[in-house]
Amino acid sequence: MWSRTIKNVCTVCSIRTVNFSNLANKKVCIVGSGPAGFYTAQHLIKNGPALEIDMFEKLPVPFGLVRYGVAPDHPDVKNVINTFTSIAKSGRLQFIGNVTIGKDVTLNDLRSAYDVVVLAYGAAQDRWLGIPGENLDNVVSARKFVGWYNGLPEESNLKFNLDVETAVIIGQGNVALDIARILLTPIDLLKKTDIAQHALEALSRSKIKNVKIVGRRGPLQVAFTIKELREMIKLPENCYRIHIDNREYIEACLPKTSRPRKRITELMLQSVNLKQSEKKDPSKEWELIFNRNPIEIIKNPNENKVEGLMVGINRLTGNDWENPKIEDTGLRETIPCGMILKSIGYKSLPLSDELPFDHAKGIIRQTEGRVEGMQGVFCSGWVASGPVGVIASTMQSGHDVGKRIIDDLKNGIVGTGTKKPGRDAILSQLTARGVEPVTFVEWEALDNEERERGKFQKKPREKIVDVREMIDIAKKGQS
Amino acid sequence: FCQSQTTLQKKMISVTFISRDGDSMKVNAKVGDTFLDAAINNDVDLEGFGACEGTLSCSTCHIIFKQEDFDKLPDKPSDEEMDMLDLAYGLCDTSRLGCQITLTESMDGIVVTVPAQVADARNR
Ligand SMILES: Cc1cc2nc3c(=O)[nH]c(=O)nc-3n(C[C@H](O)[C@H](O)[C@H](O)COP(=O)(O)OP(=O)(O)OC[C@H]3O[C@@H](n4cnc5c(N)ncnc54)[C@H](O)[C@@H]3O)c2cc1C
Ligand code: FES
Repeated sequence: MWSRTIKNVCTVCSIRTVNFSNLANKKVCIVGSGPAGFYTAQHLIKNGPALEIDMFEKLPVPFGLVRYGVAPDHPDVKNVINTFTSIAKSGRLQFIGNVTIGKDVTLNDLRSAYDVVVLAYGAAQDRWLGIPGENLDNVVSARKFVGWYNGLPEESNLKFNLDVETAVIIGQGNVALDIARILLTPIDLLKKTDIAQHALEALSRSKIKNVKIVGRRGPLQVAFTIKELREMIKLPENCYRIHIDNREYIEACLPKTSRPRKRITELMLQSVNLKQSEKKDPSKEWELIFNRNPIEIIKNPNENKVEGLMVGINRLTGNDWENPKIEDTGLRETIPCGMILKSIGYKSLPLSDELPFDHAKGIIRQTEGRVEGMQGVFCSGWVASGPVGVIASTMQSGHDVGKRIIDDLKNGIVGTGTKKPGRDAILSQLTARGVEPVTFVEWEALDNEERERGKFQKKPREKIVDVREMIDIAKKGQS
Repeated sequence: FCQSQTTLQKKMISVTFISRDGDSMKVNAKVGDTFLDAAINNDVDLEGFGACEGTLSCSTCHIIFKQEDFDKLPDKPSDEEMDMLDLAYGLCDTSRLGCQITLTESMDGIVVTVPAQVADARNR
C-alpha cells in the first residue's frame, strides 16, 4: 500500500515534454476538495506542469463526500483518499481549507485572482417532495441523516426518534440502501467502522425493526446498483421481502435490457422473499415496495409526529421500460410508520448571483464543463452533472474538464489577460477578514488525532465533529 | 528455507496495455501479480486506473481481453466482480477487472485494452 502511494506521487507529477508556453505560470483555483476537485487537479498537474493550482474547501478537512457521504461500512471505497493525498502532497497543489467561497471570498474575487476557476463544490442541498407533512418531526432528509452518521459538523447535533418500529425510506437509489443498511446492520459490526460516535450511541438504542424502501416506479427502474442490493440480501440478522406484482411483464422485458439491468432485475426476481423462518435469528426485516407515489405524510392527531405515509398506487404503462409512463390508478393506501427518510436526491445551489444556474435541475449551466458566458470558469462533478453516478464517473468528469482547461489555455481561449496575482491576493483578503485557512499539513495533524482517538474504540478513526475543535487541533499539531 | 525461495523466484512475463488514447504500453510483470499490480508497479500511464487499490470497490481497473485470451482465463468472474463490472464504462463480453486476474506464465505477451470512458457522466 505504502509503495503504491509513493508510486502514485510519481505518476501524478510525471512531466511530459511538450511545449506549454501558454500554460506557464498560469494560475488555477479549484473550489471544492471532493473527487471532482481532486481528479480535475490530477489531470491539470499531469498535463500542465507549470500551472499553479490552489484548492479551496469550505470545511477544515478535505475529500467531500468520500469522507461525509460514502457509508462507514464501505471503507474500501475510501481508498481513493490515498491518491488524493498523494496529489495534495505532490508539491503542485495548495490545499486551502476552512474557506467558504461565496461567503469569505466571492466568485468575482477568484476570477480576478486566477486565470481559471473550477467549480467542483458538489451538491449539498435537499430536494423537497412538496407534499403535506414534510415538516413533521422525524421526517428527515437522507442528506442530513447521512451527514449525521458520518459526523458532518452541521448535522452532528440532529436528534431523531429511533424509538419507533417502522421507518419508511422514500426513494430507491444507493443512498436509500446505505441508510437502510445503517439502520439495520447489527451494532457490533457498525462499531468497527468510522461511524460518528453520537450516531453509534443513538443506533445502539434504536428500536427500528422494519425498513420499507418505497419507490414510484418498478423493479426495472431502480436506481440502486447490484452490489448494494446484494449487500442488503446478505445482511446478517435480517430477512426481507421484495414485493413484485407484475412478474410476467418484467420477465418479458428482460431480454431487451442491458446486461447490468438484467442481472439486477434477475437478482430481485430470484430473491423475492426470505421469510423470518428461513433465516437463522432474524430480528429485523427490510422491504422493497414499488409503484407507490408519496401523497401525504400523516400526522399523529395528538402530537407533531409522523404516523404514516399515504401513497398513491401507480401503474406503469408504455413500451419503453426505461422510461415508462406513470399512471395514477386513483387507489390510495397508508403505510404506518414512525419515521420517514426522504432519499430523493441532492441538488446544488449557485454560490453567486451571477452564476448561470438551472434551478430546476440544481446544476450550473454549462457545456462540456465550460460555464455558460463566464470566460475562464469551469465546473466538474456533481455541481455540473447533478447528483448521479459513483466516484468513477465523477473521476471521468474531473479528467474531462481538466482536459478542456488545458486545451483552452493552450489555444489561448482563456488565461490571456494581464498577469494574475493568484493565492497571495486571496490569502491577504482572508487575513483581513479574520478567516483562518487550514493547510494540508494541518489537516494531517487532525487526521492523526482522529486515528489516535479511533484506536481506543477499535475504530479506524473517531471523527471530530466540532469545527472549532478541528481547527484548534489542526493548528496545534503544527506549532 | 532461503533456497526454496530462490527456486520459487517469480518468472517475468510481458504484458501490453493499450490505453484509452490508443497508446500501447508494454511492461514486464511478475507471474502471480495481478494486472493492476503490473500497471502500478510499472507506472503505466493510465489516469485513474485502480482507484480503490484492488478492493473490488470501483471498476476503474476495467480491461478488455481478446476473445481467445478471455476464453483461456483460469477463473470465471465471481458475482462480486460481475457486480462491479456492471458499473464499468464500455462493458463488453470480454471485460474483466484487472485487479481480480492473476498473471500466469501462459499469458506471456498478452495485450489488453483499457476502454475509453464515456465522456459525459450524466447518463450514469
Ligand atoms: C450518501 C452517499 C454515498 C455514496 N457512496 C458512494 C460509494 O459507496 N461509492 C461511490 O463510488 N460513490 C459513492 N457516492 C458518490 C460520490 O460521493 C460522488 O460521486 C462524489 O463525491 C461527487 O464528487 P464531487 O467532488 O462532485 O462532490 P463532493 O464530494 O460533494 O465535494 C464537494 C466539496 O466542495 C465543498 N464545498 C461546497 N461548497 C463550497 C463552497 N462554497 N466553498 C468551498 N468549498 C465548498 C464541500 O465541502 C465538499 O468537500 C456516494 C454519494 C452519497 C451522497
Ligand atoms: S481497482 Fe477497484 S475494482 Fe479493481
